[in-house]
Amino acid sequence: MYGWIFRHLPGPLWLRILTSLVLVAGALILMVQFLFPWMSGFTAFTDSTIGSASQP
Amino acid sequence: MVVQEKARRAATRPARAAPARASILRGTVQVLGELLITAGIILLLFVGWQLWWTNIESDAKQSAVIKEFAQGLGGAMPASPKPDPSAAPVDYGTPAVAAAPVHAGTIGIMYIPRFGPNYTRPIVQGTTGDVLDTLGLGHYANTAMPGAVGNFAVAGHRQTHGAVLDNIHTLVPGDKIYVQTKDGYYIYVFRNNQIVMPSRTDVLEPAPTRPGVTPTESFLTMTSCNPRFGAEERIIAYALLDSWQPASAGPPAEIAAQVAAAVRGN
Repeated sequence: MYGWIFRHLPGPLWLRILTSLVLVAGALILMVQFLFPWMSGFTAFTDSTIGSASQP
Repeated sequence: MVVQEKARRAATRPARAAPARASILRGTVQVLGELLITAGIILLLFVGWQLWWTNIESDAKQSAVIKEFAQGLGGAMPASPKPDPSAAPVDYGTPAVAAAPVHAGTIGIMYIPRFGPNYTRPIVQGTTGDVLDTLGLGHYANTAMPGAVGNFAVAGHRQTHGAVLDNIHTLVPGDKIYVQTKDGYYIYVFRNNQIVMPSRTDVLEPAPTRPGVTPTESFLTMTSCNPRFGAEERIIAYALLDSWQPASAGPPAEIAAQVAAAVRGN
């Protein structure tokens, strides 16, 4: 899959390497901004409040 | 590459159908494998993000909140007066009690020398995720304000998002917990720990764990997760108000350096 994507990127080798790095960085940013905060809702060990009314 | 190579070789053979099917199978398995590896890497990154990166983000945010609050006090924070060992402790009377701020408003700063010389954390109104996950210690909005007779209760993360109460189990009876507000300094003395189930809301009662009793003292109650890296229980730390001094009297000697550092913003 990744091999297929890499082979289908346009341009010479150095440009394809650069493009892949940008793609990886973009994926990381999306994960940190949206995916991980959403996932942290499913991990329980950050709950520190008493009761359930104010529980995030 | 290998798949392509084999596919090309297979294509030159007279019997085509079977090798082509095998090649599709190989491709599917390969994509599936890569997706599974990706999922594994994402989960590892998530663990790193939660246990490490959220602390860095929250620490930066909390430092900014502290700096803003401390500088907002402006002239209300004179330099600490020269300590005079011979002078008897001054009694400043009944502590001033401020009105509760709006949600996510800063109430003050907490200093706990037991947690290290740099333990300076903001206390912010509210205990929802937006407060606890970035701003620091969250004040249970339905409990008393610092200095008031009753229970001033705050929650904080044991791990992740700044880990503001990571060392809550290291408090020793007699440890001082300083709360600074715009009015002055409230000096609480740690009394005891308790480990309870998360449903025990009575720890937030005006007289902690004694519902219906009219309080006669000013409590500070801190709640956090227990055990560390778990949340099956809650660890509660109780402290009692020992004394207070107005902002005009300057910070208590033990935290004077930290108070000055908070104004400078580091």
